[in-house]
Amino acid sequence: MLFLTFFKIGLFTFGGGASMIPLLQQEVISHGWLEEEELLRYIAISESTPGPIAVNMATFIGSSQAGLLGSFCATAGVVLPSFLVILLIASLFKRFSEYRPIRFVLASIRPIVVGMILSSGTLLALSAVGISNITHLQPDVISVGITLFLTLVMLAYRKLFGKPIGVITLILIAAGFGIIAGFI
Amino acid sequence: MMKQEKNQRTGKGSVLLSLLFTYMKIGLFTFGGGYAMIALIEEEIVTKKGWITKEELTDIVTIAESTPGPIAINCSTYVGYKIGGFFGSALATVGVVIPSFVIIYLISLFFSDLLRFWPVKAAFRGIQCAVGLIILRTGIKMLKSFKKTPLSVSCFIFSLLSVLAIKLLLLDISTLYLILLGVLIGIVIYLFGKRGEKEGNHD
Repeated sequence: MLFLTFFKIGLFTFGGGASMIPLLQQEVISHGWLEEEELLRYIAISESTPGPIAVNMATFIGSSQAGLLGSFCATAGVVLPSFLVILLIASLFKRFSEYRPIRFVLASIRPIVVGMILSSGTLLALSAVGISNITHLQPDVISVGITLFLTLVMLAYRKLFGKPIGVITLILIAAGFGIIAGFI
Repeated sequence: MMKQEKNQRTGKGSVLLSLLFTYMKIGLFTFGGGYAMIALIEEEIVTKKGWITKEELTDIVTIAESTPGPIAINCSTYVGYKIGGFFGSALATVGVVIPSFVIIYLISLFFSDLLRFWPVKAAFRGIQCAVGLIILRTGIKMLKSFKKTPLSVSCFIFSLLSVLAIKLLLLDISTLYLILLGVLIGIVIYLFGKRGEKEGNHD
């Protein structure tokens, strides 16, 4: 049951883990697996722990329903559709990408995808400081401070060492800043 | 001959192993979903290992974005396949899932009230601030993955602004339409390009 439900969720989720939340909510509530409030807490934890949000949610809900086996089934369920679809595409793509029209199409999509990456970076940076959309504008001074500090760290590192700071290092520094800021 | 073959096989084996470990590392440090993972893939797999190019990464993101399933999983499966075929994709996907699985399973057993614990909340606030910056930096690097023509630059700006508008103004429009637009433009350019065939083929 867990496996099938999460297989369905995996199959009908487009985009990132956040876009699976509405479908997940509907399924989990209709099966009576969790209360609304519990689900919201699970979502919050899944978003703040490392790893793909979809996998985190599946593991969490699976474990709450049927322990280790449950989390295993739910995770396998959510991963499998992507895995199979992409495997199929990847094996075909090798041949297709040498085909000229496809190369033109891919070249035209590239700038659009880069635009999407930059805009989602901007949106995440904004939502981290408390601005997620027009109905939710509550700038948080401490987060703005942390963001400015981190930007400075990134620029300074680049200046000093001549290469960009590693993602992992920056995340660890950010966690440290967060905890220090928590004392204020 | 036998020896050489064996060498090749161990060579492949070690690539697969390093694929698994690289993806475990990526899974462990991906905070905040698929786009954050692209930043790590860019750093670990494009820059450090040189397993794929920036252009390939952009294509992979396109495919991951337009097929069902979480972007993070799609990306791992695809990159894995590119590097090591079926086993590569299986290992990359398993690798990216293991850290989450273990961490979340432990959390679900012992502290499902994790976020009430203040240092965790505070650290997460810091990490959230970093994630946006990291993705922005990756996006800027990826700017190099397409040729700058008036058309491509306007596509880029259009896509940037429309995603911002959709999300900030809470419009109910799927960003998949942007990719469809790209497909259309590509087809039109190809059909026009066919006329000027002679100069078309410098890639």
